[in-house]
Amino acid sequence: MSSTRQTSPELTEAVPNRSGQPVFRLARLRDFTLVPAIIVLLVVGALISPVFLSSANLINVLQQQTELSVLVLAESLILISGRIDLSLESTIGLAPALAVALVAPTSGYGLGTDWPQWTAIPVCLAAGVLIGAFNGLLIMKFKLSGFIVTLGMLIVIRGLQTGITGGQSLSTVPDSFLYLGSTSWLTVPASVWVCGLLFVIGIVVLGYFRSGRSLYAIGGNVDAARAAGIRTDRVAWIVLTVGGLLAAFAGLLMTGHFGSVSADQGQNMIFQVFAACVIGGISMDGGKGTLFGALCGVLALGLTNNILTLAGVSGHWLQAIYGAIILVALVLARVTSGKAQD
Amino acid sequence: MVDDGLVSTPDTNPVVVARGITKRYGATTALLDAGIVIEPGHTHGLVGRNGAGKSTLVNILTGLQRADVGELTFAGQPAPAIADRDGWRRRVACVYQKSTIIPTLSVAENLFLNRQSGQGGNGPIGWRQLRRRARDLLAAYEVEVDPDQEARDLTVGQRQMVEIARALSLGARFVILDEPTAQLDGKGIGRLFDRMRSLRANGVTFLFISHHLQEVFDICDTVTVFRDARHVLTEPVADITPAGLIEAMTGDSAAGDTDYTRPPVPSSADVVLATENLALEGHFADVDLAVRAGEVVGVTGVGGSGRISFAETVVGLRKQTAGSVRVAGTPTKPGHVPSALAAGLGFVPQDRHKEGLIPLLSVAENATLTVASLGRGGFASPRLRRSLAWKSIDDLAIKTDGPDQPVAGLSGGNAQKVVLARALASDPKALVLISPTVGVDVRSRESLLAVVDRLARAGTGVLVVSDEIEDLRVCDRVVVLLHGRVHGELPAGWTDAQLVAAMEGIEST
Repeated sequence: MSSTRQTSPELTEAVPNRSGQPVFRLARLRDFTLVPAIIVLLVVGALISPVFLSSANLINVLQQQTELSVLVLAESLILISGRIDLSLESTIGLAPALAVALVAPTSGYGLGTDWPQWTAIPVCLAAGVLIGAFNGLLIMKFKLSGFIVTLGMLIVIRGLQTGITGGQSLSTVPDSFLYLGSTSWLTVPASVWVCGLLFVIGIVVLGYFRSGRSLYAIGGNVDAARAAGIRTDRVAWIVLTVGGLLAAFAGLLMTGHFGSVSADQGQNMIFQVFAACVIGGISMDGGKGTLFGALCGVLALGLTNNILTLAGVSGHWLQAIYGAIILVALVLARVTSGKAQD
Repeated sequence: MVDDGLVSTPDTNPVVVARGITKRYGATTALLDAGIVIEPGHTHGLVGRNGAGKSTLVNILTGLQRADVGELTFAGQPAPAIADRDGWRRRVACVYQKSTIIPTLSVAENLFLNRQSGQGGNGPIGWRQLRRRARDLLAAYEVEVDPDQEARDLTVGQRQMVEIARALSLGARFVILDEPTAQLDGKGIGRLFDRMRSLRANGVTFLFISHHLQEVFDICDTVTVFRDARHVLTEPVADITPAGLIEAMTGDSAAGDTDYTRPPVPSSADVVLATENLALEGHFADVDLAVRAGEVVGVTGVGGSGRISFAETVVGLRKQTAGSVRVAGTPTKPGHVPSALAAGLGFVPQDRHKEGLIPLLSVAENATLTVASLGRGGFASPRLRRSLAWKSIDDLAIKTDGPDQPVAGLSGGNAQKVVLARALASDPKALVLISPTVGVDVRSRESLLAVVDRLARAGTGVLVVSDEIEDLRVCDRVVVLLHGRVHGELPAGWTDAQLVAAMEGIEST
């Protein structure tokens, strides 16, 4: 090797724009790819039905999506850090069911424990935390596959709910549960405000805080994250626990919204959760995607659902159309990112 | 080349002193009473053949593993506790062969990973400020990379420079480069060396590990040789010749005692396997090779030479970007294993666990997977299968309870024989063996190579692709690849030193 060498042309070419102007970036834009889609949906909706653009209808769409959006927030955090949790859809049922059963009188299918009414919300949230932490225990400490662990938990938790409630819906719900689902602040339901606030907090933490960025680092390359001094297992455990907590909170909202805990609350919801995440650009491989994108995914699904209903499409066809939308979104993601999906 | 000698002056402690290091993994001794002394401001080369203990030393020097016995000091201070990652990162940085970059994040964020808002800071991240710090850092080390770029798009060379810049920004002044040139092309290597020279002028110390001895002579001040888990020598590069270095690496190991001399293959013999201008972009190019019936040809080269990808392209596991392969005169379909098998090729893949065997199936089933017809109409006759398997077991002396034993229960050498039996079950005209003796004990190696010798005498053309000298002794001639090109061909009668010199890219003398 000679010791004198010219600076290589390739290296300089690889620096596209040294002047400091923001560089056009497809990857950046992917966070916003759904914004035009949502605008198109709004236009289509307006053409299909005059009711669509009324504030009552749009607020209705938002409120219907609140529980889903909180679950999507939880799943997004988990997916970004390279993990998976299927059991969220059962937590959304068991956590409020347990809390209600503990405080409700036996006439309302309670357990007869007659705990004070104020304990309902803390018990509900604590149940979510415990479920998330238990998932973390099995996955981190016993090194089990996250997919199978949470699939097993999905079944166990659903079974616990059926066992505790005897398969009945619980409709004697404490007032504290009903508040968020039934109150409006400035004409918009309180639950919508709360969801919006949760997403803002999530976006800020994931975008601007070391702890939030560590989720991306772990999901992107766990060895490199560990080498940089991130306590990878602990962070993943915290994320799973927060996921459980958020799912329990979603259960709280859902119970308030419908005024009861149905025996199959949340059943099959996990498919919509994943659909919204993937459409919103969250990578199943971890390390990629934004909460804003996931939120857009929720809105796109909600608007589609609403338009199909207003257009008089039979509910029996909704599932097929959902599936098709997910597949189209995957194809679009493949085309825009240009990378093969595993 | 700068040469201050090895005696440390009183006021400059060596950057690293490792003494009497021993490390065992179960029955394997990875390092035995080995050591290294690295002087400040030097670029210190570390060479040795596979299994010499280089990687273990790197793991110990970077605090990833603790030595069983031995003493390790940095600039006169004892090494930090294993749990004190920050302490290690301030003293020593390592650019591993495996990337420690997070592909989905920007270059700027990778540079300041887990300290985006200042060391130990938990405040909100100022992205504008982070980008500015990144730009300053990259400029300070003359790394021409856009800090906003996604790290996945970096070239290998750029990635290494980003990792070096990150390490230096953490305060480390001692950088270990673990085979940094293995994935670089000639120009990339030149750029890396330029950067290393300017960093050395600024007082950065390097430990440079490479398989290419020529690079050691180009960039290093001092060189240390490890062999068989032991320290062999440390000399200023100016005082050692390539031949001396190779001798230190290979030692005076007795030549193989088995004699594989066969009568020369007549030039009239049919060509059973031929490649023409074969190329796979990014791996190798323009390889022309012909194996005649009854001939054993070796293909060798160090890691990154394209040896494995060449072999995998020949058998159809990879699809070439140019050129063609002919088996017994028939061109094979690129990237299509069945067409190669149909033309009369048999092969033993690189990793018998991944591509070679189905561990839970029996010896008989594994050995006969390639046999096209075991019976009429795709019906696999168990009787025929078993009798074929018994024949293989006898021919190759496979130690097994019988054809029905799952291969998962066999030893490494016997499992490899089952793979070989499978390759032979279709009675191939040409046979390709890729790293056939990896993880195989000495006796099994000998009996495997004896089978190769016997096959060649019976008229099969064999291609042995390996970097183990022992495997190549069975060959009539050996083709050496270097950086994806044919570097030379050694006719029968080569010596170990000639072979290693060719593999390491040194012109043989």
